[in-house]
Amino acid sequence: MDSTFDKVADIIAETCELPRETITPESHAIDDLGIDSLDFLDIVFAIDKQFGIKIPLESWTEEVNSGNAAAEDYFVLKNLCARIDELVAAKG
Amino acid sequence: MRLEYFQMIDEVTVLDRASNRLEARSTVPTESTVFEGHFPGYPLMPGVLLIETMAQASGYLVLAHNGFSRMPFLAGVKQGKLRTFVEPGTELMITATLTHDGSGFSVTEAEIAVQGKRVCDAALTFKTMAFPSPDLEAMMRRQADEIGLSGSVD
Repeated sequence: MDSTFDKVADIIAETCELPRETITPESHAIDDLGIDSLDFLDIVFAIDKQFGIKIPLESWTEEVNSGNAAAEDYFVLKNLCARIDELVAAKG
Repeated sequence: MRLEYFQMIDEVTVLDRASNRLEARSTVPTESTVFEGHFPGYPLMPGVLLIETMAQASGYLVLAHNGFSRMPFLAGVKQGKLRTFVEPGTELMITATLTHDGSGFSVTEAEIAVQGKRVCDAALTFKTMAFPSPDLEAMMRRQADEIGLSGSVD
């Protein structure tokens, strides 16, 4: 079974037409992969559907903008995948 | 339908909350300055305005879903297909279905049919946010009332 990272990387590669091999767990979605806000909405949509969750994108954005979290906490892919795993676990 | 004012929906005929679906009807005007340019001697409803019509039906559906707490702004059009020319005076039946209610965004699938035949369809993405202006919120509530949506909103 594919890991969360593999699934997310596949989604990003398809949505943003990026070579799959350029996407690593250390990649920063914005700084390294150059994903813009609209593409990120499409990625979140695909993740929501694939994992059956609702990524709290607005609250994450507020946390980053208010300085209560670092952008890396959510936008570096290994951290994003950890958040996804938490949301899936919380769903039961 | 008043093309010059971007008022694309004449009447909401169905708001089905259980299936997150809205149906509306609208008649393309027989006269409009839009047709002077699109096209001389061969007036056609512009495809971008058909997409806008689907977007507005979807937008009213999103507003009904969120109780007019957040304004949807069109952010993406996918798989948009304009299948047939639409002439002035045509009655349109518009259907929008909310397929995903995300955090700060919504996704719909919409189509327009003429006499039972689908003439265009698309998957639409909306960024949703608090109304940036009380004037905008007032206008959306007023227009929703005029097209018969407000009575269906909690």
